Amino acid sequence: MIAKRVGGALLTLFLLSLVVFAMSLLMGGDAAEAMLGQNATPEALAGLRAAMHLDQPSWQRYLAWLGGLLRGDLGVSLITKLPVSTLLAPRLLASLQLAGLTAAVSVPLALFLGILAAVRRGSLLDRAISMATIGVVSVPEFVIATLMVLIFAVRLHWLPALSSSRDFSSLHDVVRVFTMPVLCLACVVMAQMIRMTRAAVCDALDSSYVEAARLKGVPPRRLVLGHALPNAIGPIVNAVALSLSVLLGGVIVIEVIFNYPGVARLMVDAVSTRDLPLIQTVAMIFSAAYLMLVTSADIVAILCNPRLRHR
Amino acid sequence: MTLSGDPLVRLAGLEISVRDAQGQDKIIVRDISLEVQPGEVLALIGESGSGKTTIALSMLGYTRGACRISGGTVEVAGHRLDGLPEARLRGLRGRVVSYVAQSAAAAFNPMLPIMRQVIEPALVHGLMTREVAEDKARGLFRALALPRPDTVGDRYPHQVSGGQLQRLMAAMALITDPALVIFDEPTTALDVTTQIEVLKAFKAVVRDLGTTAVYVSHDLAVVAQIADRICVLRDGMVQEQGRVEEILFLPRQDYTRALVAAAAARVPAAPMPDLPRDAGDPPLIQMRDVVAGYGGVDAQGNPQVRILGGVSFAIERGKVLGVIGESGSGKSTLARVVAGLHAPASGRVNLDGYTLEGEIRHRDKEQLRRIQLVFQNADTALNPAVSVGEAIGRPLTFFHALRGTDRKAEVVRLLDLVRLPAALAGRLPGELSGGQKQRVNLARALAARPDLLLCDEVTSALDPVVAEAVLDLLIDLRRELGLAYMFITHDIGIVRAIADEVMVLYGGVPVELASHEALEGPLHHPYTRLLMASVPELRPGWLEAANSAFSCGSSAGAGHAAGCRFFQRCAISRPGLCDVLDPAVHVGAGQTIACHLGFDGLQAAPRIAQGAIPA
Ligand SMILES: Nc1ncnc2c1ncn2[C@@H]1O[C@H](COP(=O)(O)OP(=O)(O)O)[C@@H](O)[C@H]1O
Ligand code: SF4
Ligand SMILES: [Mg+2]
Repeated sequence: MIAKRVGGALLTLFLLSLVVFAMSLLMGGDAAEAMLGQNATPEALAGLRAAMHLDQPSWQRYLAWLGGLLRGDLGVSLITKLPVSTLLAPRLLASLQLAGLTAAVSVPLALFLGILAAVRRGSLLDRAISMATIGVVSVPEFVIATLMVLIFAVRLHWLPALSSSRDFSSLHDVVRVFTMPVLCLACVVMAQMIRMTRAAVCDALDSSYVEAARLKGVPPRRLVLGHALPNAIGPIVNAVALSLSVLLGGVIVIEVIFNYPGVARLMVDAVSTRDLPLIQTVAMIFSAAYLMLVTSADIVAILCNPRLRHR
Repeated sequence: MTLSGDPLVRLAGLEISVRDAQGQDKIIVRDISLEVQPGEVLALIGESGSGKTTIALSMLGYTRGACRISGGTVEVAGHRLDGLPEARLRGLRGRVVSYVAQSAAAAFNPMLPIMRQVIEPALVHGLMTREVAEDKARGLFRALALPRPDTVGDRYPHQVSGGQLQRLMAAMALITDPALVIFDEPTTALDVTTQIEVLKAFKAVVRDLGTTAVYVSHDLAVVAQIADRICVLRDGMVQEQGRVEEILFLPRQDYTRALVAAAAARVPAAPMPDLPRDAGDPPLIQMRDVVAGYGGVDAQGNPQVRILGGVSFAIERGKVLGVIGESGSGKSTLARVVAGLHAPASGRVNLDGYTLEGEIRHRDKEQLRRIQLVFQNADTALNPAVSVGEAIGRPLTFFHALRGTDRKAEVVRLLDLVRLPAALAGRLPGELSGGQKQRVNLARALAARPDLLLCDEVTSALDPVVAEAVLDLLIDLRRELGLAYMFITHDIGIVRAIADEVMVLYGGVPVELASHEALEGPLHHPYTRLLMASVPELRPGWLEAANSAFSCGSSAGAGHAAGCRFFQRCAISRPGLCDVLDPAVHVGAGQTIACHLGFDGLQAAPRIAQGAIPA
């Protein structure tokens, strides 16, 4: 069953690579032309095309590209002439830092708030949490980010408006760089996780087995953590995975707004300069990350569920 | 039981109300006063919604949802439970009073191994160590006659059968030696052959441990086996209380009398005279060697998952074929094949000698009209947004092109036919009672003016008194309209009352086909015998007298590649023969039996069986 999920994910990734390649064919026009400019001589163009293997049929180029990807050879940037991997490595690290930090803050907090809201269903606290999540969901991330910049950077001068610094010599620096982007992203991804967690835990708390456990004299904490939560795990990990994949999209907006030097901004730059190898690689990285999240959520849900585990 | 001394349970003037969405309090249970003496088993009996569960739960100081105890007192083992703070109640629940829920399948947490859940009450109350608790649990598993008592605790709830889960739940309730155990309809969801095993196990532990119990049920015959006293409830009030014999044999209230009458064996309906027909006429409906299932079909025409394996029967005009079998035996699939909702993998269904297409969309309108299906659950069969008149009117327009006043008049006639007032036409299904909904469901099927009505467990979801009335209606309709029925049920009593011929299904195969007379005769397939012997009778002491006729205990699965499907449960099986070869079909007077022993072998069998029945 797990093998099936992984196989499915790999197949999807393969199909995606086809789509990514096809899209780059469509939008790319002719990279050689793009490199040499409008007034290049036909001979120069033809030479460069041959050098770049652009004269080969597209399926051969696809295979060469896919083979390269699999071997870890990501190609060379058309614009900077540097290997894509060299360009990408620091950016990827930076993005992972941002995303990782966001996840580390938002997942535990969201689960805690979601469970709390479910346990105190109907209370003032529950209503406050659900109002807040609805409020945040309905505001796009760039508005949140802009508001934060206005408040913390422009008015209060507590934090810099841009997070482009890579100088992490002290904790103070780290906090200055990350606070606003992480908070913005956390706001965006937490709302959904809180709502799904609350719904899943409420469902489990309403079930006959929780009533039966209550009638055995099981204390409330154990009722929630020992009986309701294991049943809510499946929906919760799925919500977490989906929210974190939303994070992938959110990262783009946030990195651009805060001028944070991550992959997303590299992608935006690559698109504006039509740097095909770079675009392809970043697109594949985003797809792979998304699939990995969703697949691992499925696998965790399967492993946690004895009905699926013992088959 | 002694009547001296203090009662263990005392409810006095108990009133429970529920707050609705508008904030209004509605009383659902009122003025309940009853006592249970130590060591006594009190049964609460009444139809669904009569307040049995609500009252039973109050003995744990628990109310569901927006309900609360709004008056009177609840005293259990010297503790006043009404108004007791939640933390104090928690200390009593599972230790002083414990609860066995109606559906153990839902009451066990699917994510946790069984043993952990069974010993949890002992652990949360700090009564014993894990090792001691597990030992005690295994002892209880043994006492409750569970198969593989040493390892069953390691399994997860989905890995054991419903009957076993129900016993495991009883073990969970008994692990703390509580003063009071509440059983809430613990066998209602089980097949009769499983129910008898579970009842025996319950009765034995309750007797051996001297447990005081409250046993909630809607089934008087079940209660007669297990209880010392009965309390009859209706609409949240006590109708009558008394010792079992008093209630069964000297009921004072009309309602109790109706309940007893509904539970007593039915008087079989007068058989229908044969309708005039020419000797050469084909039967109304005939099924030949139908194999049906799910998944793809292989070269031999066998589906991957076989539900029905080689079913043949015929129903003449105006006759009733009863189909019985336990849940999962393929009864509903059979009806769906006839109705064209499930195409058979092989075999054929003939209507008046003409072969019907397997799928409903290939059948013509006239064929559709002649065969109508009535579903088990009227709640889901009726669209809640469509009025009764419209629900009945649609088939009138579709099949008979009736419109306007003609249609209205016909709707009224049909409502009258099912003994419902014409005023109901404007109502929505949500405003009707369960019995009324089932009658509307019936009227809708009759609107097509069918020749054959497929009735799939049409009375199972109804309370006994209501079910009785619907059954009477079906018998009358048949006489008035000359309808033929295929009547599917798990209740052999109903089949006896209504059927001209009976087909017994086991594991998707007909093991016996018997005429009404032959069914009352002495010779039957071992499974039919088991079914008949498992139906509780309305007299105390029946359970003790009932031996597990022809069955060797635990309900094993019916999944067998070759040989007799009943082999694993059959006490008179011939290993080496029955588990290797498919049973031969023996034809007798008005009866066919698919068993290797044949009529002669079965006649000799009871003697063999006596010795073969395990304790
Ligand atoms: N949580 C609840 N909210 C509203 N009404 C309820 C609730 N629980 C039970 N009732 C009502 O109380 C009555 C008695 O229900 P119940 O005790 O479950 O009966 P029984 O166990 O005899 O079927 C029914 O009319 C039912 O609709
Ligand atoms: S064929 Fe054998 S196993 Fe099957 S019912 Fe007859 S005696 Fe029992
Ligand atoms: Mg109930």
